[in-house]
Amino acid sequence: MFSNPDLMKFIFGRLTLESLPFHEPILVVTFIAVMIGALAVLGLITYYRFWGPLWRDWITSVDHKKIGIMYIILAIIMLLRGFSDAIMMRLQQAMAFGGNEGYLPPHHYDQIFTAHGVIMIFFVAMPFVTGLMNYVVPLQIGARDVSFPFLNNFSFWMTTAGAIIIMLSLFIGEFAKTGWLAYPPLSGIAYSPDVGVDYYIWGLQVAGIGTTLSGINLIATIVKMRAPGMTFMKMPIFTWTSLVTNILIVASFPVLTAVLALLSLDRYLGMNFFTNDLGGNPMMYVNLIWIWGHPEVYILVLPAFGIFSEVVSTYSSKRLFGYTSMVYATCVIMILSYLVWLHHFFTMGSGASVNAFFGITTMIISIPTGAKMFNWLFTMYKGRIRFDVPMLWTVGFMVTFTIGGMTGVMLAIPPADFVLHNSLFLIAHFHNVIIGGVLFGIFAGINYWFPKAFGFKLDPFWGKVSFWFWQIGFFVAFMPLYVLGLMGVTRRVSQFEDPSLQIWFVIAAIGAGMIAVGIAAFLIQLFVSFRNREALRDETGDPWDGRTLEWSTSSPPPEYNFAFTPIVRDHDSWYDMKKRGHTRPLEGFRPIHMPKNTGTGAILAAISIGFAFGMIWHMWWLAIISFVAMIAVAIGHTFNYNRDFFIPAETVAATENARTRLLAGQN
Amino acid sequence: MSSHSHTPAHAHHNAADSHHDDGAAHGSFRGYMTGFLLSVVLTAIPFWLVMSGVTDSRALTAVLVMGLGAIQIVVHMIFFLHMNPRSEGGWTIMALIFTLVLVGILLAGSLWVMHHLNYNMMPMSPEMMKNMP
Repeated sequence: MFSNPDLMKFIFGRLTLESLPFHEPILVVTFIAVMIGALAVLGLITYYRFWGPLWRDWITSVDHKKIGIMYIILAIIMLLRGFSDAIMMRLQQAMAFGGNEGYLPPHHYDQIFTAHGVIMIFFVAMPFVTGLMNYVVPLQIGARDVSFPFLNNFSFWMTTAGAIIIMLSLFIGEFAKTGWLAYPPLSGIAYSPDVGVDYYIWGLQVAGIGTTLSGINLIATIVKMRAPGMTFMKMPIFTWTSLVTNILIVASFPVLTAVLALLSLDRYLGMNFFTNDLGGNPMMYVNLIWIWGHPEVYILVLPAFGIFSEVVSTYSSKRLFGYTSMVYATCVIMILSYLVWLHHFFTMGSGASVNAFFGITTMIISIPTGAKMFNWLFTMYKGRIRFDVPMLWTVGFMVTFTIGGMTGVMLAIPPADFVLHNSLFLIAHFHNVIIGGVLFGIFAGINYWFPKAFGFKLDPFWGKVSFWFWQIGFFVAFMPLYVLGLMGVTRRVSQFEDPSLQIWFVIAAIGAGMIAVGIAAFLIQLFVSFRNREALRDETGDPWDGRTLEWSTSSPPPEYNFAFTPIVRDHDSWYDMKKRGHTRPLEGFRPIHMPKNTGTGAILAAISIGFAFGMIWHMWWLAIISFVAMIAVAIGHTFNYNRDFFIPAETVAATENARTRLLAGQN
Repeated sequence: MSSHSHTPAHAHHNAADSHHDDGAAHGSFRGYMTGFLLSVVLTAIPFWLVMSGVTDSRALTAVLVMGLGAIQIVVHMIFFLHMNPRSEGGWTIMALIFTLVLVGILLAGSLWVMHHLNYNMMPMSPEMMKNMP
């Protein structure tokens, strides 16, 4: 078998036995643990005979609610991976001082910080945000599903395929050692000849297809499928921010796709877009990737702003202060987010006019954001505030994010940036806004909408434990990095000489430990809530005295969301309906037209993993076969005319009558 | 929801389910032929410009080719994508304007940024650059 090297090379490309990390004890142990965990999960699925339902009800589902939930499960799993990277970095940096090399060799440490960044942005924050948008937006606008239900399923599985490709790199080969944006020339073939950067490229390309398509889908949904009467200025704020976010996705992700495609041309075909010679220019890569990268941070944070708006207004029992200004602030951010990208590379060598322009636009973007902050404060002012868990996250966000915003304005001053560029100050700043903004928003959203999705509330005690450990842990973990950054410590360093710095890294590691407790408390919260689900059950469908349409249907909503399309008169339409003494229609149900489940999305995504694997390891036969198969399956799917069905009126009537009895039993 | 299934209950769709009549213009044979011929001509001219070398200056040729490409985009949008200011209730034109603004920002910005790339660097002659470590 090993006698014919040419044949081996043809079949396996660059993949050899040496590519498997037997020599890395950390990875071997991780691999064994992952295998045991995977076997346990597979065993449980088999034991409970869950394979059939898993395929029929979840994997092939085109229901936006189930897809939303699956996005969030994906994000939680990847959060655990991304966070274990984080805690390994914190441990390493707390140890490696004055000759002690720590426990991570540099080439492993470099992969860890790259994987941490890539996973946290693309496979934690993005799926969380997309999942919440997927779940909530159709319910908030009174629609039965998204515009293109199959596309939605396909998008989810492409995102998952991207995550799987990135995870494969842990055990087969290695991941990029370049930092999360893979700047050339380091990521070029000359300096990174191995498979790490290829894993990065193909993981993101595959996931990027999913993200872009899901953006198109949600734009079409919001533009075309709003309930009658819901004009744009009557849309809930979360739907507004989702609309803007998805416009940003559709406008910016193609740039990422193009720049990664150019990088792969450099790497695979020996072209010279981003090399140092033959007319190439690495700075063009930096320029292009930040044209995507800056809108990306607003893609993440705008939905979080939307969540906070819904939460503040609900738990203050008040209409949102300054609805119109909120909408305009969001739209202004949408445009301005395209005018600031150079602030990520002020130090590249541009002249004063360029740096001043981008510095000023960056500072201007804090104005609409500040307006939002004041709107939330004024909503709380004289409100009847209930400090449930989502509200705690919101108040925590307002404090934390404001600090992060101010350090952001500091970094926007080019001369200050020349000092702080690539220092730990920058690391502290963007964790301050991403954790304090995006992640807190996601947790507020999960605690807020969980009863809608599953019919029971989340346990408030463990929710509060999780909140306080995250909140305090965040400050303990990242305030030392501000200090270190001001003292000039740069990012991505695995060993240090100056022992006087060590104490700050030790404090930061303690903070990371507290965040670990926060994450554990969140998982315990899920478990405890599931165990006590009868006590926490919400039968009204409206546990928080909500204001928008998703609270008008049952919890969890029926497959078809709304038996009758609601008529909207005001924003905060459910609050308006409650005030007018709205009664549920009890008869006159009609058959409901629904899309059928299909496995094509999952199959296409599985093939795309094969394609990516072939491209990464230079197994050209695999790449070609997978590519042809993908096209064939996609064309084959267009001949599937059996893609819709009707829920009979009797079934709808039975479901709605059961709810009527439930509501009557309440009163 | 996008398929036209003509079951008896089709008439019962509520408004959110079926927006088949979206107000977008549909093409005619004449329109497609016009678009096709214009595309062919607009593709042939750049080839002719480059292959015959009628203009001596390469820069001028490049500018002409890019300009014809831009016109080609407009032709495609009008004759093949059936875009006009009224289609989809004005959404298409709004999306187009938004796209143009963004593409304008990105192109102009990138050119400006890359042009300024070495502003703060030490002046260097090509010989120095060649001998750089």
